[in-house]
Order: sequence, then C-alpha cells, then structure tokens
Amino acid sequence: MTLTASAVSSRLAEISGVDHVLENPAELAPYAMGARRPAAAVRPGTAAEAAEIVKFAAAEGFATVPIGARTKLSMSAPPRRFDLALDMTRLDRLLAYDPGDLTLGVEAGMPLARLTSLLAEHHQFLPLAVPFFAAATVGGTIASGMHTPLRQFYGAPRDYLLGMEFVTGEGKRAKSGGRVVKNVTGYDLHKLMIGAQGTLGAIVSINFRTFPMPGRKRALAARFDDAASALEMRYRIAASPLTPLTLDILSPGASQILTSAAAAQLELGVLPDGLLSAAHWTLTAGFAGNDAVLDRYTRDLLRIAEQSRAAHIATLDGPEVAAAFARQREFVAIALRSSPAPTILKIGVLPTKMKDVLDAAARATAESELSYAAIAAGLGIIHVALLPIERSEPASRIVRSAAAAIIAAAAAAGGHASIPWKPENWEMPLDAPSIEPAALAGMQRLKNLFDPRGILSPGRGPGGI
Amino acid sequence: MTKKARRAFFFRRSKLMNASLLRDLKKRLGAAALLHAPEDLLLYEYDGSVEIARPNCVVFPSTTDDVAAIVEIANRYQTPVVGRGAGTGLSGGALARRGGILIVFSRMNRILDIDLENQRATVQPGVVNSDLSAAVAHAGLHFAPDPSSQKACTIGGNVAENSGGPHTLAYGVTTSHVLAMQVVLPTGETIRIGNSALDAPGYDLTGLFVGSEGTLGLVTEITVKLTRLPESVKTLLAVFDRVDDATETVADVTARGITPAACEMLDGWTLRAVEDYVHAGFPLDSAGVLLFDVDGVCEAAESHAIEVAEVCRAHAAREVRVARDSQERELLWKGRKNAFGAVGRLSPTYYVQDGVIPRTKLPATLRRIDEIGKRYGFEIGNIFHAGDGNLHPLILFDARDPEQLRRVIAASDEIIRFCIEMGGSITGEHGVGMEKDRLMPLLFSEIDLDVMRGVRDAFNPVGLLNPDKIFPVKKGCGEIHVQPLPLQGSGAGARA
Repeated sequence: MTLTASAVSSRLAEISGVDHVLENPAELAPYAMGARRPAAAVRPGTAAEAAEIVKFAAAEGFATVPIGARTKLSMSAPPRRFDLALDMTRLDRLLAYDPGDLTLGVEAGMPLARLTSLLAEHHQFLPLAVPFFAAATVGGTIASGMHTPLRQFYGAPRDYLLGMEFVTGEGKRAKSGGRVVKNVTGYDLHKLMIGAQGTLGAIVSINFRTFPMPGRKRALAARFDDAASALEMRYRIAASPLTPLTLDILSPGASQILTSAAAAQLELGVLPDGLLSAAHWTLTAGFAGNDAVLDRYTRDLLRIAEQSRAAHIATLDGPEVAAAFARQREFVAIALRSSPAPTILKIGVLPTKMKDVLDAAARATAESELSYAAIAAGLGIIHVALLPIERSEPASRIVRSAAAAIIAAAAAAGGHASIPWKPENWEMPLDAPSIEPAALAGMQRLKNLFDPRGILSPGRGPGGI
Repeated sequence: MTKKARRAFFFRRSKLMNASLLRDLKKRLGAAALLHAPEDLLLYEYDGSVEIARPNCVVFPSTTDDVAAIVEIANRYQTPVVGRGAGTGLSGGALARRGGILIVFSRMNRILDIDLENQRATVQPGVVNSDLSAAVAHAGLHFAPDPSSQKACTIGGNVAENSGGPHTLAYGVTTSHVLAMQVVLPTGETIRIGNSALDAPGYDLTGLFVGSEGTLGLVTEITVKLTRLPESVKTLLAVFDRVDDATETVADVTARGITPAACEMLDGWTLRAVEDYVHAGFPLDSAGVLLFDVDGVCEAAESHAIEVAEVCRAHAAREVRVARDSQERELLWKGRKNAFGAVGRLSPTYYVQDGVIPRTKLPATLRRIDEIGKRYGFEIGNIFHAGDGNLHPLILFDARDPEQLRRVIAASDEIIRFCIEMGGSITGEHGVGMEKDRLMPLLFSEIDLDVMRGVRDAFNPVGLLNPDKIFPVKKGCGEIHVQPLPLQGSGAGARA
C-alpha cells in the first residue's frame, strides 16, 4: 500500500461511512482467508458505493476480495494478496419481485434463508439448495458455483439466472441479461461470474427466474450392498420416464457422517431411525406431485429398486423428506466438521463413469484405512471427502496419495477434478483444476479485461488466475 | 492522387487482392468448395431477415482444419469471415455485412458420436436440428431446443443464436443443452471449451460463446445433452372470444405455477390466415387461441391438462379442445409452426419483432400493440411464445412504398419501447445481429456495451469475425421480411 492506513480508512469512510469501515485486528479476524488477513474491511450500503470502493482499490492496487456471509472463506485457494475485504452483506435488499411473472431481482448480500421465506409467502422458491444454507448469501453462493442436489430436475444456476449487475476490477458498474425468462440480448457475461470466486467482478445484484413449489414431496431410500447396484438403479431411473427432483448416491461413509453428532449440531430435523446405514450404499430419490403422481413414482421406484437388488427400501413422507434432504444439501458442511483435517474433492464425470471414481475412492482409502465419504449426484457430480482422524504430516501424505488416485481415475474416465477444500498448507496433487492451456489463455484474457490491475481476489480463479 | 485516381487505385488493388484470395482458398479447399460468381453469391446475400449483404465468396469446409485454414487465409488478407448454417436466422447474423468470406457449414453435417447411456451427442455444426432428434428417437431421446425452423436450421446456428422454440418454455433454450465445443478462434487457433461431464472447471466459456452470434469464434464441434421424451404429451387448444381473456389466461397459468411444456398464442387475424393455408381446424370466428402442450408421466400430464383447462374456462374460454391423437396434435402444431409462411401469402412484406415482456404484462401489451396498429393504420398479427412472454407481432406493409417503410419502423419502435417500459427486452430468441444493434442502447448503458465490446475484442481482436454485429454501428432498418416470390417457396417452415 502506498497510502498510510489512516488515509485509506478515511477514504473508505468517506465512501461508506465511518461505521462501516473495520480496521482493528479483532474485527478483521473473521475475514481471514487462510493465513491472510485484510488490512481493512468495508461494508458498502449501495452498488454505487461498492463501485467507488473498487475504483479506489484499483487506483491504489489494493487486492480486494468480495465477501458475503463468510461461510466459504476456506474454499479454493486463499488470495495471493489480501488488502481489502469488500463485505457485501449490507447489500441485502429485494429489488424487484413479480410473483405473477416468477421473476426476481435481489442484491448479492441477501441471505438465502431470508429470500426463501420471502418467496415461500407466494408459494415459490429458488432451487439453490446449497451447503451453509442457513447463513449463506445469494451472491456468495453464485460466486462460489455451489452444487445443488435440485439440479437433477431444475438445472444449474446458469439455467435460471436471468441477469446480473457487477462491479468490474476498474470499479465500473456493468450489467448483462435482463429480468425476463427469455432473452438473447448481448453477451451472457453473468454466466462468467458463476463460480468465478469474485475474480472477474464483485456481484452486486442478480435476477432469477423463480419456481412454483412442487406439490407434496416424497422420497425413496434404497440400500445396496455395493456401489454397482446403486449405480444400476440410477441408470434404470435415468432410462425411465420418471423425472425425480433429486437423485443421489451415498457411500457408507456418507451415511455415517450424515447421521453423526457433527450433523446433529446443524439441527436439520429428525431422520427416521436406521434409514441410513453405514454398512451400505444408499440411493435416494426425491419426487413431488399430486397423489396420483406420487403413487406412480413410488410404485415404479420400488419396482426399479427391487430389480436392482436393493437390500432395504424405505419411503419418506412429510418432515422426514426435509430432514433427509437437508443432510444431503449440507454434505460439504457436515464433512468439514467430520475431521480435524478434511479434504473435499469435486469430480465431474459422465454418469456411466461414476463407478470408476467411486471404486477408486474406495480402493485408495482402504489400504491406509482413511475414512472417506462420497455423495454422487445422478447427473455425474461426485463430492469425495477424505477425513483423516488427525492433522499430521503422515495423515497429509495419506490424503495426498488418495486424492491423487481419485483424480487420476477421474481423468482416466474423461472427467475432471478440483479440490475446493483442503487443510491450509497441505500440498495436494493439483492446486487448481486442470484446464487446457488454450482455454486457460482465453480465461486469462477475460481476467485481464475485467480486472486489468489484477486486484480482484487474486489467485482464487481458474489456474491460479 | 486525385479522388478519382485514388478510387481507381483501390478498386484495382481490391480486385487483385480478391483474385489472390480466391486463388489461395481454391488451392487449400479445391474448386468444388468455393463459390464466387455473382449469380452464385446471390443466394447467400440474405437470410430469414431481409437485410442484404453480399459476401466476396462462399466456402464450404469439410473439417475443422479447413476452417482453421480459411481463418488463416482471411487473416492474411485482413478479410472478414462470417459463419453460416442454413441461413434461417432472423436478424442478419449470418450475413457478410462487410463482405469477405462466408463460411457455410453444410458439408460439416455429420453426427460424430451418440452416447445413449449418458444422453450425449457430439455433432458438427451443419447437422440439422431435427435430424439429431430423429437419430436418437428410437432410444426415446431428443434434442430439446425446437425452433420452428428445426427442419432446416442447423445446430451450429442454434448455438450462435442461442435459439429458443415453443418447448424451450419447459426445457430451456439452447445454452442449457450445450456442454462442450471445439472452436476456431479468429486468430486461427483451435480450442476446446467445456466438457461432456458437467461443471467443467474454470470460467464458463461455453456459456459465453453460446448466443454470441458468431462474433467470438467459429464452432466446429458441439457436444449436447439429449433429453428423454416424455411418456405422455397432451395438446390443448383453448378458443377465446376476447384477446384479453386469452392473455389473462396465460398470466394466470403462470401465476398459479403451472408449467406447461409449451404455451403459444395465435390471435384471430393470424389464425384465419393460417387456417386458410394449413387447415389445422382453428376456429375462424374466434378472437384468439392458446395452444398448450403438457407432458410428463401419464398421471402428471393428465392432471396438468385438467389444471390448464380449468384456468382457460375460468377466463371464459369458449371451448377447450384436447387433441384426440398424435395426428390431431401434429396438425395443430403444424398450424403454429407454419404461421409465418401463411402470413407471407397475404402481404408482400412483413416486419416481425421478437420483444419479450414479463408475462403479467401480456394483456396490457397486446392492447397497446392493437392501439399502435390502428393509429398507424397497419394490420398487425400476433403469434408468439406466450408462456415465456416472447412476442412476435407481424406488421404487414408494402416495402415498395418508402413512406410505409418509415412508418412501420416508427410503429415497431413504439412497440419495442413499450416492451422495455414493461421491464422487457428487445430480443428473446432471434438475436440482435445487424437489425437490432441500434436498439441496444435502450437496454444497456455505454459502460455495459463497452465491457461487452471488450469481451468481443479479447477473442476477436481486429474484428475479422462477423464484423459490425450486435453492437450499434449505424442506423439499421430493422427486421423486414420481403418475400422473394409471392406464394410458395417462401421458406415458410423456417420461422420461429
């Protein structure tokens, strides 16, 4: 920094008011990312203030990280430099909501839970069933590119995000898209911001398409002796006319952590006794509709489960569905509480290749008796949590070698892997997901365009951008 | 040099350059892959819109390497390159606005891979949309985006324009179905973006490139999702005596959270034009009809059909007809998909818009369109994707009369401004192209447009690829459709 600390804070206070500039170490501790702690944090109250702050940061070369509810600060790489935390939580207003049109405009700092209540008044919702749901903000969820189990039916956020306003690394307020459900006007810049970890812009507001709440919900949980049978059931469902809302496969270790004390702390509702077994693989399918539709799904799914040699089948109704669903949604959050040194891999493969990855995870952990938990979404997204019982150098070596084997299996299956969570300072087989150099060069050109001074979340983007 | 001499010099120089460019292209691609005679170029100077722009030559690559070589040659001569599928576009996206080389992908029309188990297909850009669906129908799958031109338009074109279609209401537009692509960049470099598995790491370049209207790269391979065909589809035709009742029904269906697979509207004027041509069984004396598809497992389609019918009756539908069999369904849909062609029989020229509005504003918007038509003295037909608020008013006029042309643009601008006032957008699926570029500042600030231009320049630095599209350059003249022939051969199916 070229300016004195007091000059910086007085400029920030000029923009957002003295009450919204934080400088003392105790106040800044919650903003730490890995070993890095910002020199200041500022909470803009409007999009214009956010733009003004970034403009100032760009002029001074301050590395700035846009931050929401701080639920995912340990995700991905910590920033290479960290001068200023741009706390977006005061930007929490509902800008527009047209229930009759099922569209919504909301500021980035709006908590998901509050937005969910607002929508529920109109019997609508957003399919953003993401970990840290109780605290996370809309903007942080989108910027982190979180997986949602509801993707099985509703698609990914990129499918229902209609438009966005963001602040570029030069402090310009720019927008793309709109607030209508169909629109091809201009480039879809907002899609670039999904999962970009704030490296291209600070999201200030987002327009979404909302969805009517589906009818009554029910779920089926089928237990299997092995992953292959559970995957066979997934395939049979995919080949059937059924379109469930969620379709996930849990490893025995996943059942164990989702029913553990660590999960109970999150107060996610009561599961029926013995529903999840730590000795089995479990497939869960959630579905909704009127009585006739529910009966049809139940009948067909029971038949498919039997054909796939399920060892045990249960159907869930009412609050049990919500309790089971909330646990699956919070898999990442629960896994992070289930070991002193958790590492979580995210893998994308074609659905028929999921077995290769799950087998590799089982093999790679068996020899060293490393605990692991895996949850595989039916569309081909697998989260594998490696959960050593201690944070030690030997544990780090074991985890590193298991991760390498799983990543190799994903690559051999034509898929891709990343390590969104790992203990700080633990070396991993890959620091960043592998991206073809030519594509990465294109991404770098976008970074240079949106953030020419390289001040936005430096190092947190793809390939360390 | 005098002005005259300078002009002569540049003319000679460009002629020489042109000859040399043609020689290089011919050498690389062979004579059978190159057109340059003026009479051959005529066919490629227009698309489904009516802007006209003639390329210097047309080339037909067979491979990605061919495309890369063409781009390299274009770079050498600093000549614009424009990609083109079937030329059914409605905004001039595939026209060589600044001349140059038009790359037509009709020979790159192979389906490269079909993976039924994983519901994926990899295709070359020239594969016709409905051919892919036909190729996987035996396995109960289809490619969900279904523009009305689907029997002619190509998947490469769908990717460029992020095409919609009636059933994208429930299934999502093209971008939701594209996973990975091979792209030749304007620099001549070939890159792969995305992944056939979900959530490819890094920035979503696929999401950026789909819908970029051929301004960022030339797509040479596309990996798409295939969608399972529903177990049951029910088609309903609801007949109304008042336009307001029909539009209020759409708003109410939406507000009640019923999501039909498709929800289309034809007003009375349009359906009479269509009926005369297609004989779909539309009631001639009504003010408008709504055409719904509801689908899913049998039990779901059944209950959705009942819900939709109830809403229609609550809004004074005179009749709600459920198609008895697939033949009757197809006939009703044929009426919808051929509507633009039917209108083309009635007027030498029509102007079609593609504005989008929030669905709650449908009744007010159609009233305003009617009022604008009356005030300007134009007949306006309305046939559109009501379920997603995507309007297609057709303004009939005679382009030979310059006064009419001026007035039709004024009327159209009033409609578009009203859409924007309602919180809408200027194009839902046809693209900006070279026809709506002048309207972009109505939606986007100069900063927004600068950032987007910056993105274009990051991939297309000297503007070699599809120059002067999307972003305002000069006053355009809108989407005007002139029939090349008075009756048949109008490319009637090639309309959204």
